[in-house]
Amino acid sequence: MDGDGEELTAQETALYDRQIRVWGADAQRRLSKAHVLVYGMKGTIAEFCKNIVLAGVGSLTLIDDRIASEEAFSSNFLIPPDENVYGGKTLAQLCCDSLKDFNPMVRVSVQKGDLSSFDVEFFNNFDVVVVSSCSLPAKKLANEKCRKISKRVAFYTVDCRDSCGEIFVDLQDYKYSKKKLEETIECHLRYPSFEEALSVPWKELPRKTSKLYFAMRVIEKFEEAEGRSAGEVSVADLPGVLKLKKELCAEQSLNESHVPDTLLERLVTSTLEFPPVCAIIGGILGQEVIKAISGKGDPLKNFFFFDAFDGKGIIENISNSNA
Amino acid sequence: MRKMEITDLLNSHIPKYISLPNVQIDMDTIEVSNLNRQFLFRQSHVGQSKAKVARDAVLKFRPHINIKPYHANVKDPEFNVDFFKQFNVVLNGLDNLDARRHVNRLCLAADVPLVESGTTGFLGQVTVHVKGKTECYECQPKPAPKTYPVCTITSTPSKFVHCIVWAKDLLFAKLFGDKNQDNDLNVRSSDAASSSENVEDVFVRRNDEDIEQYGRKIFDHVFGYNIELALSNEETWKNRNRPKPIYSKDILSDELAQPNGNVDKKCAFDDEFSVSAMASLGMKNPQDIWSLKENSRIFLEALRLFFTHRGKDVGNLTFDKDDQLAVEFVTAAANIRAASFGIPPYSLFEAKGIAGNIVHAVATTNAVIAGLIVIETIKVLQNDIKSYRMTYCLEHPSRKMLLMPVEPFEPNKSCYVCSETPLSLEINTKRAKLKDFVEKIVKAKLGMNLPLIMNSSNLLYEAGDVEDDMVAIYSANLEKVLAELPSPVTGGTMLTVEDMQQEFVCNVNIKHREEFDEEKEPDSMVLSGWTQHVSAPENKDKPAANNGASTSGASVPAAESDEISIVSPTKKRKLTDVPNAPGNETRNHQDELQVIDDEDDLVMLEGNMEGFKKRKLS
Repeated sequence: MDGDGEELTAQETALYDRQIRVWGADAQRRLSKAHVLVYGMKGTIAEFCKNIVLAGVGSLTLIDDRIASEEAFSSNFLIPPDENVYGGKTLAQLCCDSLKDFNPMVRVSVQKGDLSSFDVEFFNNFDVVVVSSCSLPAKKLANEKCRKISKRVAFYTVDCRDSCGEIFVDLQDYKYSKKKLEETIECHLRYPSFEEALSVPWKELPRKTSKLYFAMRVIEKFEEAEGRSAGEVSVADLPGVLKLKKELCAEQSLNESHVPDTLLERLVTSTLEFPPVCAIIGGILGQEVIKAISGKGDPLKNFFFFDAFDGKGIIENISNSNA
Repeated sequence: MRKMEITDLLNSHIPKYISLPNVQIDMDTIEVSNLNRQFLFRQSHVGQSKAKVARDAVLKFRPHINIKPYHANVKDPEFNVDFFKQFNVVLNGLDNLDARRHVNRLCLAADVPLVESGTTGFLGQVTVHVKGKTECYECQPKPAPKTYPVCTITSTPSKFVHCIVWAKDLLFAKLFGDKNQDNDLNVRSSDAASSSENVEDVFVRRNDEDIEQYGRKIFDHVFGYNIELALSNEETWKNRNRPKPIYSKDILSDELAQPNGNVDKKCAFDDEFSVSAMASLGMKNPQDIWSLKENSRIFLEALRLFFTHRGKDVGNLTFDKDDQLAVEFVTAAANIRAASFGIPPYSLFEAKGIAGNIVHAVATTNAVIAGLIVIETIKVLQNDIKSYRMTYCLEHPSRKMLLMPVEPFEPNKSCYVCSETPLSLEINTKRAKLKDFVEKIVKAKLGMNLPLIMNSSNLLYEAGDVEDDMVAIYSANLEKVLAELPSPVTGGTMLTVEDMQQEFVCNVNIKHREEFDEEKEPDSMVLSGWTQHVSAPENKDKPAANNGASTSGASVPAAESDEISIVSPTKKRKLTDVPNAPGNETRNHQDELQVIDDEDDLVMLEGNMEGFKKRKLS
């Protein structure tokens, strides 16, 4: 990391040359001082970690106590396929070993524990928190803790199932400036928390809001109601999920066509991630985090959806300011 | 071919290789600047073959895949149509237009689907090309690399890039490059002006000449005397700002050279590669903008260091963006020239990007594009034609979309590559030689490597392996004026041009024309029927990059990194007539995003011609 605290070292300048030409030396310096926390080491998060390690963040802390299995390395390229190597180790530990290799200038470490067990003080160590493989209550709780910290902690959730992906962004009260032609414009965005976003009545959302938003909410609610951990559903649950969908749509006065059965079926049947979607979502998420740390570029607000079936990557603004 | 194998192979987003299910071709070796995004490579791999290291790295994730690496240039003759026929699909991750066109033609000839892609900074795109079913890669015009008229470079620069081109292709080449190369720099000093017999070349350094004195002599000659010479031609400056001559004694008056300066007085260097004028002068930050004085010091110190520490290189150097001393010299020289002409200076970091035609790149965009490439490849392997998409990765959302898929269009009926439409060439058949046609049109514009040129059934020229008795004939033909060829080429002649390797044939109708505009048509040739584009008004504060390889001074080729070209919309039909997803009305071409690549650059236009976007570096 930068020795005298201000200038980039010659080594950094050489390594990061091509990206400095994209976002500038100033942004690169800020990256090198940033601390990122990541929870849930599956394929998409692995891609994201690879991206920000290559970009040169200050440190990256990984949490995932799950023991590696063959399923893990089918979509997580950081897990070596050799059982002799991966056997018995946690996902976080294996990913940590691989990530250190990508950029020796980044401090990568492992933190043990369950997400809900960490207190506000713990989250205060970080500038960015990204959670995935996480139940609805756990997501909300983590988000709330981050919001209690006086310095702004950027909060993200990410979820990929079948060949779809969802990113949620919460930058709280975010001010940044940008250059338009010769002028500098000051921008101010106010982000809702995850809970606030989810509380926006469905019928108040624009008619063409991504179907994936609703579908993910149905599945989330189903997992919560059944006491499942994130992703712990299968095609056997489809009848229950479809029933819940009917109920929610009725509650929300939303026409059921907004949440196609076929989409729900895809999401409960293949809970494994699809590697190219991991790359895409991990790439978009990586870019968002880099923007938030550097203060450069318009961050997305506040949801991003991708579905390989139609190939669209869509931003949805789900917040109460929606008229 | 198991789905998993392909996806993982491509998940390792390496922009520069053609990846076939089992085969990777890449002529490059690994450099430090690759490591910020080409994540299969490590510091310890620097200098090794990309194709081979990539193969080894991928085998670590998936030991059972069959991958064959080729450390070679995709244009090599071994990669002919038969070679390409082996594959179900070809994926391009190339970084130059020439190679992409070459592969496009081979894929057409072999009838193999091609998945093309490219990224620059935050922008990227993935496109699918299937012969007969979709547009080929060349159906949409790609702006040709920009060339600058000689006089702009040698006499009337108005942009910083002109100064860079001068510093790199003229001054640097003259001082440190091959002495036998033609060069447009004026070498006669004021002393020699009067004598017509002994033309003394000011650039030749005499054996006993003190290096510091030599340096100042060169400085004063190119920045002082040559400018005064140019000023003496009133006509040139009637409507232009006059440049100011700059002499070293005025800028560095307090640092007059000590006689026989002590060469060891500045700091020592570990090795040849660390020799640096900046280090020698204690200047640390490549992002600083140097004053005229600092630029002059760097100029003289860099020049001195080339002779004292890298003497054996002098006389056979070509500019290399990774040669620190060369970059320092070119930056300083360009900045001093810029100062002379009232053009604002640039930092070393920026100048290096321009001189080296560096494409800015980040891991995240490459990851997104890699994922999209895999998705399209799977569709191709499943022959799921209706679902093929051209996908664009945007920096700013359009209609809420950051990733925008578009249905492919039908092949362009006027595409001279896949629809074999003839072209027209306006040329002075009484003055232009066959070699001009071959170099400037056939190779440069039509992208052929080893062309064959026929006038009806008469073979005028053939490149590559040729029988002994024909070699002399073809060489002679190249030097002949078109109208005087054994089979004369005049107005109305139809030439057939062919590249055997690409299996690509093209007909060119010749039209005789007497006069050409020196500024607008510096080659004295106008080819039509192959691009419809109109040059956009130039983006003043965005310098264009230079391609690097210029042979003679006649016209210096350059590649634009951010120049925007406007393409006139043409009516096109979609592959399917099914309107897109709900909410998208029937796509009118005007509403579509038109994407043009120039090398690895992506330039976006939206809607009507007024709405073109500009991007700035940071």
